[in-house]
Amino acid sequence: MAISKAIEQVTINIDGIELNVPRDLTVLEAAKQAGISIPTLCYHPDQDVKGVCRICVIQVEGAKTLQTSCTLKVSEGMNIRTNTPLIREVRKTNLELILARHPKDCLECARNLNCELQELANTFGIREISFPHLKKNLLEDYSTPSIVREPDKCILCRRCVYTCNEVQGVGLLQPINRGSETIIGTPYELPLSDLACALCGQCIHACPVGAITENSHIDRVWQALSSPDKHVVVQTAPAVRVSIGEEFNLAPGSIVTGQLVAGLRRLGFTKVFDTDFTADLTIVEEGSELIERITGSKTLPLITSCSPGWIKFIEHYYPEFLPHLSSCKSPQQMFGALAKSYYAEKTGLDPKDIYVVSVMPCTAKKFEADRPEMNDSGYQDVDAVLTTRELGQMLRASGIDLKKLPEENYDLPLGISTGAGAIFGATGGVMEAALRTAYELITTEELAELEFKDVRGLEGIKEADVQIGELTIKLAVAHSLGNARKLLDAMKQGLADYHFIEIMACPGGCIGGGGQPIPTTNEIRAERIKAIYEVDRNMPIRKSHENPVVKELYKEYLGKPLGEKSHHLLHTSYTARF
Amino acid sequence: MIDSPLALRNITRNIDKIDPESIEEYLKTDGYEALKKTLTMKPKEIVSIIRDSGLRGRGGAGYPTGLKWYFAANTQSDAKYVICNADEGEPGTFKDRILMEGDPFSLIEALTIAGYAIGSNKGYIYIRDEYRLSIRRLQNAIEKAQQSGYLGLNILGSGFDFDLEISIGAGSYVCGEETALFESLEGKRGEPRIKPPYPTESGLFGKPTVINNVETLVNIPLIVNRGADWFKEIGTECSPGTKIFTLSGDVARPGAIELPLGTTLRELIYEVAGGISSEEKLKMIQLGGAAGHCLSPDYLDISLDFDSLAVKGLSLGSGAILVLDESRSIIKTAYSLAKFFCHESCGQCTPCREGTLQQKEILGRILSKKSSEKDLELLERLSVSMVQTSLCPLGQTASLGISSAIKHFKEEFLSYSERGI
Ligand SMILES: Cc1cc2nc3c(=O)[nH]c(=O)nc-3n(C[C@H](O)[C@H](O)[C@H](O)COP(=O)(O)O)c2cc1C
Ligand code: SF4
Ligand code: SF4
Ligand code: SF4
Repeated sequence: MAISKAIEQVTINIDGIELNVPRDLTVLEAAKQAGISIPTLCYHPDQDVKGVCRICVIQVEGAKTLQTSCTLKVSEGMNIRTNTPLIREVRKTNLELILARHPKDCLECARNLNCELQELANTFGIREISFPHLKKNLLEDYSTPSIVREPDKCILCRRCVYTCNEVQGVGLLQPINRGSETIIGTPYELPLSDLACALCGQCIHACPVGAITENSHIDRVWQALSSPDKHVVVQTAPAVRVSIGEEFNLAPGSIVTGQLVAGLRRLGFTKVFDTDFTADLTIVEEGSELIERITGSKTLPLITSCSPGWIKFIEHYYPEFLPHLSSCKSPQQMFGALAKSYYAEKTGLDPKDIYVVSVMPCTAKKFEADRPEMNDSGYQDVDAVLTTRELGQMLRASGIDLKKLPEENYDLPLGISTGAGAIFGATGGVMEAALRTAYELITTEELAELEFKDVRGLEGIKEADVQIGELTIKLAVAHSLGNARKLLDAMKQGLADYHFIEIMACPGGCIGGGGQPIPTTNEIRAERIKAIYEVDRNMPIRKSHENPVVKELYKEYLGKPLGEKSHHLLHTSYTARF
Repeated sequence: MIDSPLALRNITRNIDKIDPESIEEYLKTDGYEALKKTLTMKPKEIVSIIRDSGLRGRGGAGYPTGLKWYFAANTQSDAKYVICNADEGEPGTFKDRILMEGDPFSLIEALTIAGYAIGSNKGYIYIRDEYRLSIRRLQNAIEKAQQSGYLGLNILGSGFDFDLEISIGAGSYVCGEETALFESLEGKRGEPRIKPPYPTESGLFGKPTVINNVETLVNIPLIVNRGADWFKEIGTECSPGTKIFTLSGDVARPGAIELPLGTTLRELIYEVAGGISSEEKLKMIQLGGAAGHCLSPDYLDISLDFDSLAVKGLSLGSGAILVLDESRSIIKTAYSLAKFFCHESCGQCTPCREGTLQQKEILGRILSKKSSEKDLELLERLSVSMVQTSLCPLGQTASLGISSAIKHFKEEFLSYSERGI
């Protein structure tokens, strides 16, 4: 069918290069195929085009003015120039115009050396800004434990607007005012703490500059590490081991578990433990809860509760569904509670001397650790939460190059985990881990095929029916809050008769969390997910209920799943928020 | 309206002549004859007449109206819209208000014909909030037309349904830009969209839409009644018909007047408007509103029609003409233009949002004599970027008044900057 193929292709000329490209490409994409990279700023590969920064302009023969290559589709015979004196001049002018409103404090910025604006200024060889520097002097927002907004740095690209509205379905970030007074702000310009923000941090990934960042815990962790009377332990979330390599320029999807452990030891943590361990514990508790709810005809579907951005979202927007949430704390919080109870008892330490640090792919985890009810050990269970990025920063500041470290093992006992705990880091992972356990608990038979492919991958909402003995369990998995909203709206209309739903606030699950290395794009998410499943495949044990330390924990300390002690330490309740 | 022997009274024929609130009086002056004729013809034939007439948009861009209708008529869709752009935000322009206050039925008849021609059953008049009397008169006219069977279901027994709704503007200049107007009508922030797609393909609510200026539309019933050939007799070959010009500034008789296209600036200023109002000489003419060029008296003999102006890189805009005498400061004029655009930019795209701010800043610096010659280069650099890379025509034209003022009155700018150093 050569003819139909010919219809789909058009011939264009870019900078003298003849090219056959599909008709639905933009000039920007076509140029890329010709090896020409046109500079952009408001463009984001995972978003609809906005066409507002006007940096990617090009000349099309016959057009009166320059055109934006991100918005313009190719057409037959199109003759394009991407590098003329006029193009160079206006791109530079537009960039200088942005810089003339931007604070010149790169040296004090979290995005120093990882900033698209800085990179462009370097690419264009900006040595002076010709236009008067007109600072904005807007209010900064440090109101939440998770997110910091510095609107003076904002270059009005609207990428965060897209993310918060279209991806997360929250819609707090909006352009307000007009003309040169335009800002990207919140309703009534309220601080995020007064708004129904999930604190997911996805807007951080959208931002090309340092206008949105995390609320840093680096200082308090340094302080703890240098306090002689503190026993500082650290836990690492499943998703961090497949992403922190990127902080050291390794390719996305590099698995650096052993180096991560070694690096943390060198920073001075007394014990390096693994959140994967409490992920396994979560599965045993939550799997038992699922069975209890199904057999006891209690509230169904059961919905997972380990993503704190998701929890905050449902508390704000769908409080009527709170009874559906699993009462299990997230693995981070289970870890904190056990570190200051079980582990303290076992080691004879006074829990008040134990300082628990988490390394998380997430900004909402900072909020979760701060929740007033998270003190079942008698103390705030988790004392500090570092994002993957912050840990990268601390390691670099200490002269530790992760790439060059030997591989070391996690400490006993809270460092022992299974493949099921690892896959918590990817969308569908909690579901898959729970199925591996629920199947064996219900049927008491060994599960032949461990991998539930239907719940894997980047599709927004995944559904499956799984046969467990007599039971057909109907499942759904959603990632991103926009997809969560869709699923819950369907539930509201009575269109969703699931037994079990997994929801993660961030696209791709925790590997795509708001605390992950920048950039985090869908392409990079896919690489990290691949790595997570490789971690699982390489684990000697791949089912949570077979984790020997989990078994020991029940025997020595907790009694049984959903027992009284579990209830006290590992379960929680939720609060409807305005 | 200015009285002048040069004036024509075609589209303004009913102004001050009939009671604008009475459909009976409208009917007595050939009112609704064009619609009746239209309903006996095929939509295609109406589109052909408008195309043959050579009518071009009076809202600023001068785009051929018949072609716009043709594209919309030929786009298949479950819904299409016709919109009258009555936002009239251009400073010094009030021609649409005169037409709507004085002859609202003509506009409503025109929109109904447009609906029939392109296959639309629903029209909107997007009108600025300040035009209270126009809104009242249009509302009254719509109701009377509905009561008399000229609007609504099965118009005059033809089987054609069409209705109109008035939508009050969001109060900003940029909402007069057609795609920002759609956004505003849809209840969103009034920001221009990226084109393509063009409105005839995807306009209001993503449906094929014809949007025309008030003045463009009121030509329609006349053309349908009297024929394309009659229309082409008036004006110039490529710019047939009349145009309402609104004169302001230092002329003896400011105001609005309907003249054939192709009238010269000299005729307009000296014959129609009675020349300069003071003892001073003519200094500057700004042609086409805030986005128009600031010209020196050397341009007096230019013919005011779309093509003669385009050849010189000029534009008629909405037909607003500002005349200043020698007592006026060009720098102050340029500064007030800069202020206007800085206030009116929607803020979406870099060159316009930041460029209009910098224009204001730099001209302010020049005005307070704190600048150097380099500032003129900076303004020129801004202008190139704004013209070449702004997302919508607002930004593309927001520097033209200033850059043309610098071009034609460079000495004055230089005298300021020299004294400043
Ligand atoms: C900033 C801006 C403001 C505009 N304001 C108006 C207006 O108030 N009225 C109008 O008819 N057209 C206005 N236009 C032009 C419209 O975008 C559009 O071209 C016009 O309504 C088409 O009608 P026409 O073809 O009949 O002229 C404006 C354009 C721009 C860029
Ligand atoms: S943290 Fe999430 S919900 Fe909050 S503003 Fe950013 S994207 Fe929106
Ligand atoms: S905060 Fe960042 S992402 Fe949002 S508009 Fe500003 S620069 Fe863009
Ligand atoms: S040119 Fe100006 S008005 Fe038009 S889209 Fe850009 S900022 Fe808005």
